[in-house]
This record gives sequence, C-alpha cells and structure tokens, in this order.
Amino acid sequence: MTTLPTQTDKKLGLVIDLDTCVGCHGCVTSCKGWNTQNYGVPLSDKDAYGDPSGTFLNRVHSYEVQPDNGGAAQTIHFPRSCLHCEDAPCVTVCPTGASYKREEDGIVLVNENDCMGCGLCAWACPYGARELDALAGVMKKCTLCVDRIYNENLPEEDRIPACVRTCPAGARHFGDLGDPNSDVSKLVAERGGMDLMPELGTKPVNKYLPPRPKDTLDCSQSLEPVATEAKGFLGWLDKALEKL
Amino acid sequence: MHPAPSVIFFTVSSGLGFGLLAWLGTGNPAVNGLSAFVMYFLGYGFAVGGLLSSVFHLANKKNAIKAFSQWRTSWLSREAVLSVITLLTVAPYAIGRIFFDTTLETLGLIGSALCVVTVLSTSMIYAQLKTVPRWNNGFTPLLFVLYMISGGALFTDRVGIAVYLLIALGILQVLAWRDGDNRTVNNKTDMGTATGLGRIGKVRQYEPPHTGQNYLLKEMVYQVARKHVLKLRLIAFVAAFLLPILALMAFADTPSFGAPMALVFHLLGVLASRWLFFAEARHAVANYYGR
Repeated sequence: MTTLPTQTDKKLGLVIDLDTCVGCHGCVTSCKGWNTQNYGVPLSDKDAYGDPSGTFLNRVHSYEVQPDNGGAAQTIHFPRSCLHCEDAPCVTVCPTGASYKREEDGIVLVNENDCMGCGLCAWACPYGARELDALAGVMKKCTLCVDRIYNENLPEEDRIPACVRTCPAGARHFGDLGDPNSDVSKLVAERGGMDLMPELGTKPVNKYLPPRPKDTLDCSQSLEPVATEAKGFLGWLDKALEKL
Repeated sequence: MHPAPSVIFFTVSSGLGFGLLAWLGTGNPAVNGLSAFVMYFLGYGFAVGGLLSSVFHLANKKNAIKAFSQWRTSWLSREAVLSVITLLTVAPYAIGRIFFDTTLETLGLIGSALCVVTVLSTSMIYAQLKTVPRWNNGFTPLLFVLYMISGGALFTDRVGIAVYLLIALGILQVLAWRDGDNRTVNNKTDMGTATGLGRIGKVRQYEPPHTGQNYLLKEMVYQVARKHVLKLRLIAFVAAFLLPILALMAFADTPSFGAPMALVFHLLGVLASRWLFFAEARHAVANYYGR
C-alpha cells in the first residue's frame, strides 16, 4: 500500500559523519556485494569491460568547500544513498503498490514482484537514491540491509547494514533515530546532524554530521621576504627592462 | 529529464484523442452514422494508442495491470483508472450516435468532463513532482488541458473557437517557458542544500562517484536540450500556434481544408514543445553532479 504510515515509532536509519569519511568507497563495494547476493534481484552491471554502467544503491561524491569565513578550503567525501524519509515522495507516487514504508521500523522498500519499472519513484526522489536495474527492469534501492539487521543466522556484530559494518573509518552509524536516547540520536544532537534538501519537505530519517571547521593558516609566523631589491646583473636587467 | 519518445507520444496522442472525444461529447459537431464512426474511431485510436505507448516506457511490462491499484495516492494510477472509466463512459454515447442515431446528451457531457479530468490527471503525474521545479506549478495542468481542448477543436473543425484557443494557448506557453526559466534559476535547492555543505561556504564537486554513465544521469540529468532551447521554442511556437492560425484564416471559407492543415502543423509543434517539456526540465538530483 502506497499510503505512508501516519507515524513510525521506530525510525531506523544511518548517521553519516562527513568529518570522518575518507572517501574509500568501501561502503559502495560492500553494499554492491551484499545486495547482489541476497534480498531481491542482483545489482547488475552492463558492459563491464567496455563502457561500464551498473546499479548501485550507494555512491560517494567528493566535494570541495571554500568556507565563507575565509578559512582553509576543505575536501569532503559524501556518501549518497536512500534517506528513508518520513514523508517519502517515492512511495506515494508508486502506481502499483510496489513501494512502501514499513510501519514497524520506517524502512522504505520495493516489492520487486509488483514493480512495473515505470521509474516515477526515481523521478520523485530528490536524492537519486533509486536506480532502475537495466537487466531486471525493477527499481532498486537501499533496503537498510533488512536481511541483515534482523537476521539471527548472523553473529550479532554483523546485524547492521553492510556499509556500516565495512566502513574502516567509522564514519557510518546505524540505529533508531526515533529514540532520543539511542547512540545515533545523541550523536546527531551533539554534532548538529543535518537534513539534506530540507526545503523539499521529505523529512529524511538519515542524518549527516557536518565536517568540523578547520583551523586557519596563521600568517604571522610566515617568513619575511629577504630580498626585494635585485642587485648585480639581474638588477641591471630589471632596470633595463623597466625602461623599455 | 530524458525525453523518452514513448512518453512524448503517449501524452500528445492521448491528449489529442481525449480532446476529440471531449468535443464529440458536447454534441457539436452533430455527427451520426458513418462520419460519427470515423470520428470516434480516430478519437479512440489516439487515446488508446497513446495509453498503449506509455506501456512501452515500462521496464517490467508484465506488472502493468497492477497500476490500477494505488489510486488513493498515485496520480499515475488515477490516470490509468480514469482513462478506462472515461473510455467506457464515452462508448455507449458513441454507439448511440453511430448505430441508433440517438444522442444521450447528459451521458455525452459526463464523458466530455471525464476526458478533461483524465488529461488533468496525466498532467498531475508531472506537476506533483517537487523535484522538478519547471513542472511543479499550475502551468503544467493548464497547458495539458488547453492543448487537449485546442487539438480537439481543430480536429472537429471548430475554426472560430480554435483560433481563440490557439492564441490563448500560445500566450500561456510563452508565459510557462519564462516562468519555468525563473523557477529553474531562482531555485532554493542547489549543491549547497543538496549536500548540506552550503552552510559552510561555496561547494564544488571535484570528483564524481563514477566516471561512466548511470541510470540517474541518463534519466534525470539530460542536458542536450539546453544548447538549442531558444531555437526549439521558436520552432514549437511557429508550428503549434502561428502556422495553424494562419492556415485557419487563409482557408476561412473552406474549413474542411484549413482545419486539417492547421491540425498537422499544430501536432508537429506540440511534439516539439512536449519534447522541450521533458528535455528542459532540471531535476534536483543534478545538483549532486553539479550539472
């Protein structure tokens, strides 16, 4: 049913620390691996040895920011995936009922048996979180590793999304953002976690922790120039050229 | 947005078909028998042909039937349901006109109203998307409905009213283009809000996540149109409005010749403007890629 639940008590989601992410694309690879071998149709690739393209549920952009306060420029690696929005526009536009938001934990999923591959949900999502698989013809998106987090066949430490489990920098956190006392909620409160494109009213569950400001280059310690006036041959050349 | 031929053909053809059926439902022109059959055949042909064309846009056609299920929230589903209801409502009226020389006036008018509502629901598929500022406004439904009514008027040789409709539509289309440009330029959403980094300072992408193509870039970051926008708008304007109006006025004495000629020009122009409708539209996800 494409009607959104009026409210979900549990809001499972990710908190991504842009201060810590090193841009290694490890989360991209582990996501692709897990989701190709588990829930739903595999994430296909086309023309892998020619002009490759493929389906990914997570992609890492790299940005550069020049702070307005004149501080040193910063490079920021930015993983982009489904934010499991509370007011998910991708769900309500779905004509077949394939897209839905789970009432029990807020995860947004696609039932691939119902999807007709019209692509309207991908149009409705501002975050580019949904990609239509070119081989299977059904819409793929982050499942928050719903087949890991409740999976009692896995050791307890593995019952988190593959991207979180694999992140070598500890830049990705998983938890219940509906519970103000959860570790992720505390982290968001402490670090000023932010929404992406809040102006579009999607109310994302996932939060991004902004990069901490860098210190500024202290110019008072830099060396004074030792020679401003040229002498000898170069001095003569400088004057001669000046006169021309 | 990627201007998929199947979707362009779908919106233009079904718009024209429902436009024709809507005018026929008003009882004017009062066609009966064979001429009514031809008119209804064309109306149903364009409407159903357009709807079938939209199926070719689907990547997983076997589930197309499920599109009738989510009318509570989805405009695409509403459009599917409404188009079937409309075609079924128009049918008994058409049969009366063709075979029994009777006019079920009320039913005809209900059918006409349903035709308008169906095209309105088509337009809402696009107008509802907050991710595309050029579509997310009142111009989109207004244009779709007015295009439908004008096409139908040309099809039924309603020369007098068609001229006024084309003039109004031409003005509305130019206003919509300008409004869309403003919305795209003065958009609150940019790379800064998309990444949340705008609060720190000026953001620039220095490395994209992938160097090859992907679904997002192909489907939602279509850039070809931006180079030739003005030329294409001119072509669309001349073909969709100027030439049809001239044709109608030049052959004012023989509307049975002028109207079809105007319709052909108009349709070519509508195809161009509909291509632009998709190709010009900038989607929010383009902000992540800095395009």
